[in-house]
Amino acid sequence: MTGRVTLPRIGTEAAWRRAARGFLSAGVPPEDLRWTDAAAPQGLFDDEADVPDGAREIRVPRAFAAMSNAVIWHNDADRFDRLYAFLWRLQREPGLMRDRGDVQLAHLRRMEKAVHRCKHKMKAFVRFREISAPQDGRRQFAAWFEPTHHTVEFTATFFARRFADMDWRIYTPDVSAIFEDGRLRFGLDVPRPELPGDASEDLWVTYFRNIFNPARLKVQAMQSEMPKKYWHNMPEAASIPELIAEAPARARAMAAAAPTLPPVRTARVQEVARAQAPDHWSGPREGFAAALSGCTRCPLHRGATQAVPGAGPETAALMIVGEQPGDLEDLQGRPFVGPAGQLLDAALADAGVPRAEVYLTNAVKHFKYVTRGKRRIHQRPNTSEIDHCRWWLEAELARVRPTVVLALGATAAQALTGEGAGILKRRGATERGRHGGAVMISLHPAHILRVPVPAEQARLRRALTDDLAAAFATCRGADARIGR
Amino acid sequence: MARLTLKEKLAILSDAAKYDASCASSGSTRRDSRDGKGLGSNEGSGICHAYAPDGRCISLLKILMTNFCIYDCAYCINRVSSNVQRARFSVEEVVQLTIEFYRRNYIEGLFLSSGIIRSPDATMADMVRIARKLREEENFRGYIHLKTIPDAAPELIEEAGRLADRLSINVELPTDASVKQHAPEKSPDQIRRAMADVRLRRQAAKDRSHTGKRPPRFAPAGQSTQVIVGADGANDATILGQSTRLYGSYGLKRVYYSAFSPIPDASSRLPLISPPLQREHRLYQADWLLRFYDFQLDEITGVAPGGNLDLEVDPKLAWALANRAQFPVDVNHASREMLLRVPGFGVKTVNRILGTRRHRRVRYEDLLRIGASMKKARSFITAQGWSPGALTDSADLRARFTPPPEQLSLF
Repeated sequence: MTGRVTLPRIGTEAAWRRAARGFLSAGVPPEDLRWTDAAAPQGLFDDEADVPDGAREIRVPRAFAAMSNAVIWHNDADRFDRLYAFLWRLQREPGLMRDRGDVQLAHLRRMEKAVHRCKHKMKAFVRFREISAPQDGRRQFAAWFEPTHHTVEFTATFFARRFADMDWRIYTPDVSAIFEDGRLRFGLDVPRPELPGDASEDLWVTYFRNIFNPARLKVQAMQSEMPKKYWHNMPEAASIPELIAEAPARARAMAAAAPTLPPVRTARVQEVARAQAPDHWSGPREGFAAALSGCTRCPLHRGATQAVPGAGPETAALMIVGEQPGDLEDLQGRPFVGPAGQLLDAALADAGVPRAEVYLTNAVKHFKYVTRGKRRIHQRPNTSEIDHCRWWLEAELARVRPTVVLALGATAAQALTGEGAGILKRRGATERGRHGGAVMISLHPAHILRVPVPAEQARLRRALTDDLAAAFATCRGADARIGR
Repeated sequence: MARLTLKEKLAILSDAAKYDASCASSGSTRRDSRDGKGLGSNEGSGICHAYAPDGRCISLLKILMTNFCIYDCAYCINRVSSNVQRARFSVEEVVQLTIEFYRRNYIEGLFLSSGIIRSPDATMADMVRIARKLREEENFRGYIHLKTIPDAAPELIEEAGRLADRLSINVELPTDASVKQHAPEKSPDQIRRAMADVRLRRQAAKDRSHTGKRPPRFAPAGQSTQVIVGADGANDATILGQSTRLYGSYGLKRVYYSAFSPIPDASSRLPLISPPLQREHRLYQADWLLRFYDFQLDEITGVAPGGNLDLEVDPKLAWALANRAQFPVDVNHASREMLLRVPGFGVKTVNRILGTRRHRRVRYEDLLRIGASMKKARSFITAQGWSPGALTDSADLRARFTPPPEQLSLF
């Protein structure tokens, strides 16, 4: 014998859960039950089945709970039967929710999708009108809406979260939602009210008509997202046929129109604009930094944010030259601010060298990289790029005239001495650079960061610290001799 | 000159704003006004409240504060040398329009842009005032997108980022050379520096201080940009190369491609064309492949003859047709990476295949139910009970996907 289960039209979700739990717990198979909602015509022969107390604990996957909470609101009469039948199977096949190819699950997922779409369209297409003066300080709004599925209860909390400081009602042919004084309630079969006109609607239609670009008519794209069934409750939709009809002529007119002469004020306005004070970003308009920022000597400028000039006092006795700016240096426009810069800072501190007394720069001034996904991966500059950029390095050398230049890594060594190989053998010694001054060679901190073995990394770090201290001591000694 | 009514201003300043493609309202912080003290909510996913007959979604009130402008960008309706009617909203008018539209559930929030008046700072300061009034006086908790003027003072950008959900700065054109040619007052270097600045501020806003306190959020929905397609001679490889750099360098949420569209009172320096809508569509598809399907730029541009994407077939299909040696793919064994490369399979489809495959072997009918586009996919896969046979390597495979040839009209 089959029993009928009638679920209420308001609070359907809680009632379904309670009933399903009870029947499942009592072991009532799906074929013994006929589920309906209270609006459906009642059969003559089925008797209302009593919901047994859910004595046994029923566990369902979270994914099923989320799905059933949507499918409940579908307008198919068989939605409860399908859900219960699937729930029945789920007790025996616990992994079923992940089998997306299952025929019944695929059907339920389709229903779920339809309900979610209906919910989404309700959030989008409900149009409130202001219906009277504010009451008790709360403004009064109402809307008439015709959802495809029973989504009012499912969606009303969205409006309650969004429009909590006003009173609103969404009337539909089915369930209506009424939100007054911060309380949400539902009504059944409320007759369609006459909503008064609203002046803002005219502004909204004006906006809709003008944001449309007649040169890119795509009617199908509009209709697939905003189906015609919603149009009669949307004030802006009335202008759609006219906009479509006029569009080709408007686009043609734009193309055919002859160019006009600029208005007379144009020259004057532009003159004023050109005379404006320098902005906050451009920095010096002349001199080394300005010239460097416009550098296009090699192709690296195309991918980089900016050329990164050296930083530090122009009277520094020690100049440290790295390879090239990294990701953060490129964004900030300052040398040695990224991870390698932090390691250099630590090594400088260990060596007792104050960073403020050192001129820091790079052999190449633009960041060279390749993009992998959303990250920029550093690439070593090639000989041609190093050679093009030497022009800038030599300009810095000529300005600062350091006593000692410390070259960090192969790129800096190549730029300064013409030879980039054999860094580990050459480090610690003093060589004569192309510019005629003393060049000491050391390791690049980025190289040290990449060494995987901690003991080896610590050893190389000590080496860098020693070289920094030695270079600084050489400067001090030379300064003392020439009385700087 | 007679004073314009609010309606007339709205008509002028929304008409002037429609060439900005972005209308996203998603991906910001979750918030609502259940406390009854404010208006609005944001729940992660965006909502398109209407669609115009151009197929574009209307999610935000997208307007210019003013269309007066001191710049002379050839592609722009609002350039100083154009004869369009000019208008300017007051701060109160923009706030009122936003709030009244929002209360009637027309919009998710405001996308405010502006022509440059007086100076970049003065313009940005006015835009920030509007956002501040919305947030602080009206307690507006909906979405705000502010177009950032790249030359504006850093403290204005700082405040804009705290008030808005998203900031954007348009790179406008694919190469520095074409920006210099068509937008002489704009500086590509400065645009990049400003985007770098936004990225650094966003990063800084994510780091907790040593006391564990969170700094105020900065543009939680990220930054985006727009590039006009078809106004200069740049090919798709150049455009996608620029996008890749922008995503990698500045952590952009989106690069919008906007087909160069006819404008009223066009400049004689830049003749009008019919907007290349299909090209714009293909660029978006390629952009998706780069961001979500683990394609590398050279894989996409490598199969694009002359550096331009195939207009007849989508870029993934074009890649598959050129790399048939890697197909057919066995849906029951292939890696996730390889499944993502099958034309007709999206990210959701692939996730569902991987889920189903843990239970049993996947059949052709399963794939239909899973939601794969089998018209495309079937030539490139094997499944339980399905083999494409010679289809994968057939000479006319491409012709099966392209639109049928049309007979030319005699008249």
